Amino acid sequence: MKVDLTVNGKDISADVEDRMLLVHFLRDVADLTATNVGCDTTSCGACTVLLDGESVKSCTVLAAQASGHEITTVEGLATNGEMHPVQRAFHQEHGLQCGFCTPGMVMAIVSLLKENPDPSEQQVRQGLEGNLCRCTGYHNIVRAALAAADEGKVSA
Amino acid sequence: MSILGTRVIRTEDPRLLTAGAVYVDDLRVPELDGAARVTFVRSPVAHARITGIDASAALSEPGVVAVLTVQDMTDLAPPPPDSGEPVGGEGPAPLGGPWSEPLLAADTVRFVGEPVAVVITDGRYQGEDAADLVTVDYDPLPAVVGPEAALTSESLLFPAAGSNIPLTSPVSADDAPFDACEVVVEQAIVNQRLACMPLEGRATAATFENGKLTVWHSSQNAQLCRLILCGALGMAPDQIRVIVPDVGGGFGAKVGIDRDGLVVAWAARKTGRALRWNETRSENLVGMTQGRAQLHHIKIGGNRDGKILAYRIDVIQDSGAYSRMGGFLPMLTCLMAPGVYDIPAVQAGYRVVVTNATPISAYRGAGRPEAAATIERAVDLFAAEIGMDPAEVRRRNFVAPDKFPFQTKTGALYDSGQYEEALDKVLAGAGYQELRKEQERRRASGDVRQLGIGISSYVEITAADGAAGETAKLEVADDGTATVYTGSSPHGQGHHTAWAMLVQEELGIPMDKVTVVHGDTDLIPVGVGTYASRSLQLGGSAVHKAAVEVKDEARRQAADILEAAEADVVLDTISGLWQVRGDPEASLTWAQVAGHTSGGLVADVSFAADLPTFPFGAHVSVVEVDTETGKVTLLRHVTVDDAGPVLNPVLAEGQRHGGIAQGAAQALLEEVLYDADGNPLTSTLADYAAITAAELPSYELLASETPTTVNPLGVKGIGEAGTIGSTPAIQNAVIDAVAHLGIRHIDMPTTPQRVWTAINEAQKAGNQ
Repeated sequence: MKVDLTVNGKDISADVEDRMLLVHFLRDVADLTATNVGCDTTSCGACTVLLDGESVKSCTVLAAQASGHEITTVEGLATNGEMHPVQRAFHQEHGLQCGFCTPGMVMAIVSLLKENPDPSEQQVRQGLEGNLCRCTGYHNIVRAALAAADEGKVSA
Repeated sequence: MSILGTRVIRTEDPRLLTAGAVYVDDLRVPELDGAARVTFVRSPVAHARITGIDASAALSEPGVVAVLTVQDMTDLAPPPPDSGEPVGGEGPAPLGGPWSEPLLAADTVRFVGEPVAVVITDGRYQGEDAADLVTVDYDPLPAVVGPEAALTSESLLFPAAGSNIPLTSPVSADDAPFDACEVVVEQAIVNQRLACMPLEGRATAATFENGKLTVWHSSQNAQLCRLILCGALGMAPDQIRVIVPDVGGGFGAKVGIDRDGLVVAWAARKTGRALRWNETRSENLVGMTQGRAQLHHIKIGGNRDGKILAYRIDVIQDSGAYSRMGGFLPMLTCLMAPGVYDIPAVQAGYRVVVTNATPISAYRGAGRPEAAATIERAVDLFAAEIGMDPAEVRRRNFVAPDKFPFQTKTGALYDSGQYEEALDKVLAGAGYQELRKEQERRRASGDVRQLGIGISSYVEITAADGAAGETAKLEVADDGTATVYTGSSPHGQGHHTAWAMLVQEELGIPMDKVTVVHGDTDLIPVGVGTYASRSLQLGGSAVHKAAVEVKDEARRQAADILEAAEADVVLDTISGLWQVRGDPEASLTWAQVAGHTSGGLVADVSFAADLPTFPFGAHVSVVEVDTETGKVTLLRHVTVDDAGPVLNPVLAEGQRHGGIAQGAAQALLEEVLYDADGNPLTSTLADYAAITAAELPSYELLASETPTTVNPLGVKGIGEAGTIGSTPAIQNAVIDAVAHLGIRHIDMPTTPQRVWTAINEAQKAGNQ
């Protein structure tokens, strides 16, 4: 079937299998490989992207369902070569090690901070329950989220 | 000012954060254009004879290129003859002879998930469709589930071997040391089977063109992959190139390349097609090697003054269906059995058994967390029995600081340690006395939420294979940039940052002009890899050594250009300029010095250590246990992890954080489970309780740096310390929270169900 998506501001049309998952559309059709697949039960969150600004797990959305919608992946987060505050905070706070969970984790935090610009540590931890990381023990991911929130408060 | 020891954020990150890393499945290299997809047909039963495989229905599906089974492996040498004797012994080697593991199942399957056939398809989704259509007839055999069932040898995995016990190192039965004790405690302790679960599962791509096999593999060491490929496929090293791109975590399960990856490489050679394989998580949770899986029977004895006099540990190692590491894991457990304690009599031994489960291999700590968990539990059991504070019992038994280097009763030579200092520091940091008062208050008031305080003091062994060493080649080009080719193999640790820091420190070439290359056997034919917390102490020391050699050669070149005596030529590592002492006008850049040589400045070195190192530390964990539901909440975790001088606190702390979380996961939540027929019950992430941010606190890390003398940097390994220290502290804390109810032990993971059951049973016993 034919689908039309806007991915990181770029219109992409393609004829795809009905059952094609959004994450495979992003990786194989749009050739954007930052978004990873870490499980097959919607448990790990590695594939988290924004659909019309809301975080979704792209392994559990069909490309067909995303047709006509806007998708943002981590590749589309920086503006004019400047990292997004959440990306910057991950770098400053050492919020990543192997990097596999990172794109999904960053997108989940972008979405979380949009809903709650001033979260407590516990709110960040609860908000990230659907995103697994095996390397960092979450400590610096949580710090990065709080640091990005602080930066948002300063700039607001 | 030295850059070593300073907080340098990672050079790797901007790429990972904006474009994403390039893992095997992300490769878009021309050689893999149009690559076909590999899908494995795996055994759905734990133990069975294969009586037939019919691929005809699959072959008629659209997009199916081939279906391959062991029958197609006619180009491979037959397995070695059955000698009746295990091969490999105590080293980390697979067992041969009657215990051999085939690439694809021959006539028997021995665990759910064992590869039986591969389906090769043009498209991603076609593979799963076609794999479902491959019909395999299984004639079930009785499944051996769990180590105790294996010991009975009622059903044999390898009938030709005559038992399920490939290796033994019997524990002493001499009770005399215990007979002399005032108090003796015995306990069976489970160290449960865990999934390693790197976020990126296993992944391989392969091409075979003009007689050369190129394999891209998610691994902790490209060179070992090549060695294994050579043996499995009967090829010479120069016929194989292994490339390890970015790797999404390993934790021990990606050391080398296992049978699934070998099959992909073989299939590329067989079909002549470029192939890609990227396992699903459901495959990963049955197919990737798992960790721990030991059952311990311990006996600890001592006097009421707190002095421990004797300790015995009898280890049963469940190796799963194929004993890929032989006796290596329980050997390390026995080596580290007495931990930080100076115990006059120590008895340690093991049996390795095969069971119808996923093979066991290294997982973060690999044999040492098991040792630490059990000795720390044993000390707490002993402390409870004599009614002494567990911290005090530890103090009375530590190896004293003046006894290093210390030869243990199990044969380890501890290089350096300050065990009491580490414990005192962590107790002070945690506010131990105040915590005990709060615990007392809650116990007195009968609070539903009881407080538990757990301690662990640990020592572990890192770079146990230090003699195998590590390689580094350092080149300074005539534009003043430097390139490091390392045999070490990062998968999240931050080698690119750390190695560049070492070069800047020694040569004054700024980090942003240093490129680090790893994981390509054409560029780096000799290398050992990243595991066993070995990278900095061996790979880093190799980089340091190469830098020193380059500096010596550069000094000779600079002296020649400047027409000065070598002794008068000095490098200013701040400006990166070569100067003549007392003549600030005469100076040369690295570009000028390198340009003066014919072949550039190059040092190609390897560094080996004569001895392993023994990092140590102490953890305090504070938990709250809801006595009505059994739910455990980890409130605080405070640690001292001493691995010698810290190169970059950002990286070292990151390693400690990740280690603590994986240790907490074992203590609290995670466990691979099978039913009575050997069917896995935790084969998806919906079932396997991987720990999340919501179940963990922020960690409180305290600094401590006791150098070693076995390498020039004075460093020990930090990659596994957090895991080794945290697991027993948390388990001890949970039991401490309910100890006043009459509970002396709860096995890991301390799930709500298990804690609630322990409380309930203790109450029933109390009411009788």
